Amino acid sequence: MAEKGSRAKALAGGTDVLVQLRAKRYLIDRLVDIKKIPEMNELTCTEQAGLVLGAAVPCCLIYENQDVSRLYPGLIDSAFLIGGIQIQGRASIGGNLCNAAPSADAIPTLIALEATCNIVGPKGKRTIAVEDFCTGPGQNVLKDGELLVSIHLPPPKRNSGAHYLRFIPRNEMDIAVAGVGASVVLSNGKIESARLALASVAPTPVFATKAAATLVGKEANEEAVLEAAEEAKKAAKPISDMRGTIEQRIHLVGVLTKRALNKAIARAKGAE
Amino acid sequence: MTTTVERPTESQRRFKVIGTRPIRHDGLGKVTGADRYGADVQLPGMLHAKMLRSPHAHARIKKIDTSKAEALPGVKAVVTSRDLPIIDDKPIDLAETLGNPRVLAENALASSKVLYKGHAIAAVAATSPHIAEEAAELIEVEYEVLQPVLDVREAMKKDAPLIHEKLTTHEVQRRFTRGDDTGVISNVASHLQFKQGDVADGFSRADVVVEREFTTVPVHQGYIEPQASTAQWAPDGHLTIWTSSQGSFGIRDQTAAILGIPQSMVKVVPMEIGGGFGGKIGTYLDPVAALLSKKAGLPVKIVMTRKEVFEGTGPTSGSYMRCKIGARRDGTITAAEFYLAYGAGAFPGSPVGAGAMYGLAPYKIDNVLIDAYDVVLNNPKVAAYRAPGTPQAAFAVESTLDELAEKLGIEPMEFRLTNAVREGDRQVNGIPFGSVGCVEVEEAIKNHPHYRTPLNGANRGRGVAMGFWGNGGMQSSATINVNTDGTISLITGSVDIGGTRVAVAMQAAEVLGLAAEDVVPTVGDTNAVGWTGITGGSRTAFSTGIAAITAAEQIKRTMAERAALKWETQPEDIEFEDGVFVSKMNREDRLTFKEIAASMMATGGPITASASSNPRQVGVSFAATLVDVEVDRETGKVQILRATAFQDVGMAVHPSYVEGQMQGGTVQGIGWALNEEYFFTDDGTMANSSFLDYRMPTSLDLPAIDTEIIEVPNPGHPFGVRGVGEVSIVAPMAAVANAIHDAVGIRMTSLPMSPGEVLKALDEQQRAGK
Ligand SMILES: Cc1cc2nc3c(=O)[nH]c(=O)nc-3n(C[C@H](O)[C@H](O)[C@H](O)COP(=O)(O)OP(=O)(O)OC[C@H]3O[C@@H](n4cnc5c(N)ncnc54)[C@H](O)[C@@H]3O)c2cc1C
Repeated sequence: MAEKGSRAKALAGGTDVLVQLRAKRYLIDRLVDIKKIPEMNELTCTEQAGLVLGAAVPCCLIYENQDVSRLYPGLIDSAFLIGGIQIQGRASIGGNLCNAAPSADAIPTLIALEATCNIVGPKGKRTIAVEDFCTGPGQNVLKDGELLVSIHLPPPKRNSGAHYLRFIPRNEMDIAVAGVGASVVLSNGKIESARLALASVAPTPVFATKAAATLVGKEANEEAVLEAAEEAKKAAKPISDMRGTIEQRIHLVGVLTKRALNKAIARAKGAE
Repeated sequence: MTTTVERPTESQRRFKVIGTRPIRHDGLGKVTGADRYGADVQLPGMLHAKMLRSPHAHARIKKIDTSKAEALPGVKAVVTSRDLPIIDDKPIDLAETLGNPRVLAENALASSKVLYKGHAIAAVAATSPHIAEEAAELIEVEYEVLQPVLDVREAMKKDAPLIHEKLTTHEVQRRFTRGDDTGVISNVASHLQFKQGDVADGFSRADVVVEREFTTVPVHQGYIEPQASTAQWAPDGHLTIWTSSQGSFGIRDQTAAILGIPQSMVKVVPMEIGGGFGGKIGTYLDPVAALLSKKAGLPVKIVMTRKEVFEGTGPTSGSYMRCKIGARRDGTITAAEFYLAYGAGAFPGSPVGAGAMYGLAPYKIDNVLIDAYDVVLNNPKVAAYRAPGTPQAAFAVESTLDELAEKLGIEPMEFRLTNAVREGDRQVNGIPFGSVGCVEVEEAIKNHPHYRTPLNGANRGRGVAMGFWGNGGMQSSATINVNTDGTISLITGSVDIGGTRVAVAMQAAEVLGLAAEDVVPTVGDTNAVGWTGITGGSRTAFSTGIAAITAAEQIKRTMAERAALKWETQPEDIEFEDGVFVSKMNREDRLTFKEIAASMMATGGPITASASSNPRQVGVSFAATLVDVEVDRETGKVQILRATAFQDVGMAVHPSYVEGQMQGGTVQGIGWALNEEYFFTDDGTMANSSFLDYRMPTSLDLPAIDTEIIEVPNPGHPFGVRGVGEVSIVAPMAAVANAIHDAVGIRMTSLPMSPGEVLKALDEQQRAGK
């Protein structure tokens, strides 16, 4: 891959790259299938060490894994949303991240869950936070020859919960008009910490730190949630296009933040 | 799939075969994938072709240079409009719209101007699709880009850029003609008016008048199979075309006209068709593939991509409408005024005439004034789409009526029944209705459990709307050949859409006392059967059915003659009951259909019959949609909770396929209501030319759709059949709009009622403090 530089691309599930090649989004000379590399297929999940998710593991193996389902229901929300059954048999979370679409349904969840990226390249290994990974629509920090090997999710904290949801005009098969991933840690009914990330409202997924900060130390109630939702709207810098207008998207960020937080709080309190 | 409760319908009491649900003859091929569609054609030496399409919505073509494409190894032929004999220096005669071959040719390959983004300009045939694609990109076209006109109201303005410099407005009195030339140059191709009574007087007698404006945007038929055509032009001049179309004879006649060759030199072989809904009546690829084949001396196949289908084939019209209806306190409608302007796309010929005729059809109104305008735009030339032109009009009329009923405080079904049309009432063109089922459909709604069950829950609402469609007649042919094993072969020219093979076969079987399975139906090519009109206009089960019935009656007569010969009596003295020929002279003399078939070689030779139909009394159709919705006030998203389709079908030949049509039309109507739209950027590019962003409903967006079949027999068909294919798409948009109003109190007057639009309306409602 290093040899061909920007004219080479990795192929995980191919559900983005093959579609984009067909649409002539870019021209390349080499497509490297990474699905047979063992590290790319790792799926280890423990309460102590958290989750190591190989970059090429398809969504269906994630939501069929009992430990992942129990410990990271927020991640399952995303894995379940991406495509239909056929797509989920191929599509990987790693591919979703590397594709770096502003609308990617897994990235806000990964940010909310404090995930980090394990990267390997000609110059060795490095690790960066998911929120620092995307640099623009379809752009990421990977240098020529670098590959994402796996994603690491820290072990879930006690009394924590997460949720991702998006808005689409139909009930399936659509690109998010807006999406919100939220995670909260509760302690004695109060919010100890929270993370929020937004999809489809900026050139990259948005890590909405200010909005999350408004929650810290507050009672986990409607008022706190609404304040965070208002603040999250300010973090959104969307465009108008055929999928939605600026006003609609900002409005939806408010609605979805509220709904995502309510569900994350419910999960932290032990609901489903 | 079907959710209908089995109950004895009228047809099941009268008939043996009609009204039953035999397995369709072509079912196995459909479910196993063995059937061959347009793109499945493979011939020795076959080349693959690709079109070059315009990147501009409106531009003059200054120069086309194909030399680089021709030089690419593997390229065997390149064609442009210069290869079409019909395109010469003469201007297009736009006065004649229907099936004008010059317009069809210009739409297939642009000559001097491109009129929409995606307008085909040239085509390349090469040894592989990839080479053809690469070569098409090597064709150099010099354009003078012009300002596109994308909206009907903009296009009608005095200073709007002209799409056709010489197009003049015609005053039309009837459908399908362009009437008198006014000599006025504009983008308005024609103006059509219907007038009954005195509207000013009518409105003066009304207690309540509602007037509203409505807009809709183009939507596509969305058939699953993209257009595909393969042509082989033999050295002796015979041209064979294998194509996916709704009518082989139509494609033959259009292609022959465009290529300037006799119809007898063209044979069209129908492939199975993956949906058409009106969009596969006109030709796009066939003459182009033919020209390439002639130049290359080899067979040539062209298959469209989905993007090409969206950008290069006909959607239906977007529209601007104004509807004004007045009524007295007692619920009697006193007058209606209806203004419609439909976008025709690049060439005249929108279905605005049907919208004007049919939108108000369910109501008896003495004072009516309807003005309809056909307007050209820089969009793809519109094509027929299921009940063409009528769903838009019904959206306007049925929404206005719902509001009127609300203002009068009259229950919406009561209001409709008060004004329902009956036999003898005049249509807007003055011609009285024959036997119609408008009242029966409305009574059926009132008595239906869906209507009678209260709808509970916040932000939920119920809406109802009526729909009408005139249905087509046209000519069909059928040939029946009796086999010695007592079965029959039935050849028709009707491409099978939605189970028409079995529906026509069942009618022949009914006449001959056979089982549906005893009929072997075949869709013949244009050399194998008599001229047959398209499978469209809800006409096939009706009109091809009549041809099959007529042929079957002839078979019956011939068989009676054979029996008469044997019993030394007269054919008139022979009865046919339950599949048995019986002599009235001696009831012991009995011969079954199978016995006569078995002995036919000895009694006079093969028994065959051919017949054609040219029906006069086409049974028109009334239908309705009843729908429950739930609106998410925070996101504007509308969820369909329950939907029931009501339809007067005359006589349900095969109830499963009748239900399938009713459900299919309802689904397309719901898609049109909620999310489907051509989303144009300012330069006329369709931004959402894929099924990802052109949002048709999926199974997850819909409930199971209930169907309620109403049978008011059509006197113009031996078994009472009416066309069933189209009318179900007419009412859903208004029904959904009325349901949204019932749920959250807003009146949606633009389609689609997508979440963003509903949200905007809810915002306005909140700001207005309602
Ligand atoms: C029908 C359909 C529906 C879809 N629905 C959704 C949806 O609902 N939500 C959503 O977010 N997405 C959706 N997608 C997009 C796509 O499926 C997802 O983004 C998916 O997660 C991509 O994963 P993949 O394994 O297929 O990636 P690939 O296509 O294999 O790769 C994606 C990109 O990442 C690069 N890449 C992959 N792996 C690595 C690696 N290890 N290191 C470096 N670069 C790498 C590739 O070169 C490519 O540029 C849909 C796609 C289709 C076709």
